[in-house]
Amino acid sequence: MLYINCPHCGMRSQNEFSYGGDASVKRPELNKEVSDQEWDNFVYNRKSLRGKHLELWQHISGCRQWIKVERDTATHEIFRTFKADEEVA
Amino acid sequence: MTQAFRIENGGLINRDKKLSFKFNGKTYLGYEGDTLASALLANGVHLVGRSFKYHRPRGFFGAGVDEPYAVVQLYRNGETEPNIKATEQELFEGLEAKSVNCWPSVNFDIGAINNFLKIFLPAGFYYKTFMWPKSFWYRIYEPFIRKAAGLGVASTKHDKERYEHKYEYCDLLIAGSGPSGLAGAYAAAKNGAKVILAEDKPRFGGSLLTSDVNIGNQSGKDWAEGIIAELKTMPNVVVKNRSQIFGYYDHNMLVMSEKVSDHLPSTKKYHPNKRLWYIRAKEVLISSGSIERPIVFGNNDTPGVMLSSAAKEYLKVYGVLVGRKPLVFTNNDSGYETAIEFKKHGVDPVVLDSRKNPESEIIDEAKNLGINIKNSYVVVAAQGYKKVKSADIASISEDKKQLGKIENIQCDCICVSGFWTPTIHLASQSGNKTKFKEEIDAFVPGQSKQNEITLGAANGVFSLEETLKTSFTVGSELSKKITENDNKIAIPNVVEKKSSQHDKFWCVPLPKGKNYKRFLDFQNDVAVSDVEIALREGYRSIEHVKRYTTLGMATDQGKTSNLNGLQLVSEIENKVVPAVGHTTFRPPYTPVSIGAIVGREVGKHSKPTRKSPMHSWHEKNNAVFVDAGVWLRPRYYKRGNENLFEASKREAKNVRTNVGVCDVTTLGKIDIKGPDAAELLNRVYTNAWLKLPVGKARYGVMLREDGIVMDDGTTTRISENHYHMTTTTAQAANVLSHLEYYLQLVWPELNVNVVSTTEQWAGAAIAGPKSRDLLQKLFPNFDVSNEGLPFMGYMEGDLFGVKARIFRISFSGELAYEVNVESDYGNFMWEKIMEVGKEFNIQPYGTEALSTLRIEMGHVAGSELDGRTIPFDNALEGLVSKKKDFIGKRSLQRSAFIAEDRQRIVGVVPLDKKTSIPEGSHLVKDDKAPLPNPKLGHISASCWSVEYDNPFSLAILKDGKKMIGEKLFAMSPLKNKVIPVEIVSSHYVDPKGERVRS
Repeated sequence: MLYINCPHCGMRSQNEFSYGGDASVKRPELNKEVSDQEWDNFVYNRKSLRGKHLELWQHISGCRQWIKVERDTATHEIFRTFKADEEVA
Repeated sequence: MTQAFRIENGGLINRDKKLSFKFNGKTYLGYEGDTLASALLANGVHLVGRSFKYHRPRGFFGAGVDEPYAVVQLYRNGETEPNIKATEQELFEGLEAKSVNCWPSVNFDIGAINNFLKIFLPAGFYYKTFMWPKSFWYRIYEPFIRKAAGLGVASTKHDKERYEHKYEYCDLLIAGSGPSGLAGAYAAAKNGAKVILAEDKPRFGGSLLTSDVNIGNQSGKDWAEGIIAELKTMPNVVVKNRSQIFGYYDHNMLVMSEKVSDHLPSTKKYHPNKRLWYIRAKEVLISSGSIERPIVFGNNDTPGVMLSSAAKEYLKVYGVLVGRKPLVFTNNDSGYETAIEFKKHGVDPVVLDSRKNPESEIIDEAKNLGINIKNSYVVVAAQGYKKVKSADIASISEDKKQLGKIENIQCDCICVSGFWTPTIHLASQSGNKTKFKEEIDAFVPGQSKQNEITLGAANGVFSLEETLKTSFTVGSELSKKITENDNKIAIPNVVEKKSSQHDKFWCVPLPKGKNYKRFLDFQNDVAVSDVEIALREGYRSIEHVKRYTTLGMATDQGKTSNLNGLQLVSEIENKVVPAVGHTTFRPPYTPVSIGAIVGREVGKHSKPTRKSPMHSWHEKNNAVFVDAGVWLRPRYYKRGNENLFEASKREAKNVRTNVGVCDVTTLGKIDIKGPDAAELLNRVYTNAWLKLPVGKARYGVMLREDGIVMDDGTTTRISENHYHMTTTTAQAANVLSHLEYYLQLVWPELNVNVVSTTEQWAGAAIAGPKSRDLLQKLFPNFDVSNEGLPFMGYMEGDLFGVKARIFRISFSGELAYEVNVESDYGNFMWEKIMEVGKEFNIQPYGTEALSTLRIEMGHVAGSELDGRTIPFDNALEGLVSKKKDFIGKRSLQRSAFIAEDRQRIVGVVPLDKKTSIPEGSHLVKDDKAPLPNPKLGHISASCWSVEYDNPFSLAILKDGKKMIGEKLFAMSPLKNKVIPVEIVSSHYVDPKGERVRS
């Protein structure tokens, strides 16, 4: 079970969180022309990375905040976590 | 015969307390502190079971967790449990156990005929033989194999025992209380670290309990006792015996199973049977020791052949002689330690050492005691069927290929030592890539992946002095980093005898003309010849060899067999062992009770049930309940002998003619506040929300980004910046997360807060032509006329002094209202509605009638919004705004979603107007078409229309818009039904929606 540092609550076990997928995906702006390809990339196409992956988790049984987690998909090592509005350098 | 093999003094058992127990129906005596195995051996019982495949007699091979043979069925306090290792089960008064895998009895087992058929039962036999005819597998082969195989019977009764889970955090977790574990724990504890020390056996001390060493000025055993006693007094230390750490998971999470009650005749009141600990440790010291490995020789599975370390443990810990004429067969010095113990207790052993001329302090001691030692000698085969009677022995050439003349010597047990295998399971599970250590012919942990370090024998270090030195230092340094204390501890002096190098010899060659079975894996009857066959047939990967032969599988997971298996593969393949590699070590290290894993989440606790505030009223009024998500909802209210069909018809009919009331508390409710609330709704729902006035509700549909309908419901504008959203019962949690996702991540600029209020409001839907009359009486001071409270209107009222919210919304398609009050007043509201409604012939209605009402109105619900449909499919395209953007809009342009013949909701009526159509039936054009018959659509929901008194269904049908009036067939192979049907509009009743506005 992963041990995730919620930027709002501190170290918490994985069973308090739910997974939310790739955090690097950016939703196209509303009311903007979007090509089929761009839209497909947003909705469907994801890389199945081996290694460092920036992903979303929601602290669903805690503060209910969505957070960003930088995790190695192969080793499960967690490098850093960020608040939803924090820029990932 | 009473404990004839128990020596007079010695051992760690409590001789003052005799215990009686039964094995296979016969009563025996043992002592407190015995295991079932030691007590049976004390009584001279060596035959405890039959092997898995050949049903060969089975005895005891080890003295602990590694035991491959002595698996029994245990009976305790009216319960039974299979797969219990007799070597681990502590004796208690009244214990009962039986042999497994034998019929009719362990002494006479019919399955043993397999033993004589063994040349026909090689590796892969089952795979090859039971392939055809295909139809035989389920009917004949599988049931037969299942009956013949297996290690005991699971109880079919409800388990009365209680199991607990515990979450714990510590600085240092130490797995194993041998010398390295004790030293590490002591050093860390002295530095003030929070320490948990776990030992799987009842007694702490590990190898110190049986080895002849001194630490400081005491025996190893006394030193261990002293350390444990001191650790127990320290507030920062938890020491746990009977506790097996069986799994090492991510981020230093380890799981431990504590046997709280297994050693007692019955579980104490309020105590659990087992306790599962989830431990998050900052640092982990793995001091899990090592397991002796066997040497492979002919008939080496005969009862009486056992590990030399086990023989020593039975003698030193339990005061039991495993034989009176022991033969010790060894390739290292450990066998001598066992021989010396025998000799000290007046028994004369013979030692066969495969080495030519070994020299060490231990061997000198054995020689001085006058023990008969034969160098360059091996056991070729054990003789005897149910018990060792003698051994064929021979000298062996230096290259270990040629045997000398075979002699037969009398013996009643053969104690084998093929050197030691470090227990690296936990380290390997942590992600540590193991490495092969040539000097010990075994794998040891390599580079640490998590915060773990392996010490002592588990790390391939067999010198006590070195182990203690390292372990004290490591314990001290790791804890210093955490607590910043640095209490120096003097490392005690160690007196131990030095050993000589072991012999890299593990398998005795077959003598000419002999075809003895030489077993590698004892639990699964895997012999050398089986592995040879697997390799001949082309299996190369060790993982494949394992699956094909079953080497290293079953409850002992090859703790004694893995390494010899690897040696064999490497020899045949002419590779070195590390090139062959080992199979993956996966948790659990040893079998764990399912009950312990489940813990308290059993029965109703496995999924806590939610009940509405009106639940007890429903119960009192004969409601029959149904699971709706996590909620219990009344399905119907039974009157007299009514069944579901009759009751729901009556209830639905009453809504259409009079008035009914339905508990809608379970609907998800989300409170939305903030100046940008309307903008959020406008982006989330497909229709327009910016102009919804205060005091009005609107129906909305929300999509996922892929265009699929996610949920529907009404949202009401309570005040300028305050909205009340409802969701379906099942999607409540997902919708809240969905809103939070967009507010926190995508559009953080929106100034809106959302919070779940599902449990804060109790809801009652009042539906039917007389609902307004009822409402007027409930709220006499409020104008609830069609003008005062029009369709989709909202007002706040006063229900006999209780603040209420009144929504004019309808799911049933009738004139209807929903009244919400704070949950604590839910029952009050319900009783008032029933009381006042009496004069209008009110009846409560359940989910079944609710379904009927919505289906014949063509209102969609979960069975249509099934994660595969878009708004068009549900005839909701009118709610899709062309002007504004919203979540999922862009996806609706996908070619499949705008195809001419896109699926769409329709109504379905059977031509005979009598036959109900099973939900899930497929709609096809031609009922006689060859399979697979092209499916045009499926029945999503069925009911008995109370309006027309005939069956009616909804379906999602390809090109549904153009299919109205077509005749098709509804086919349900499951129910074996073919029903001719006509396709009609999904709006079967009141297609213009006049009633809701009346």
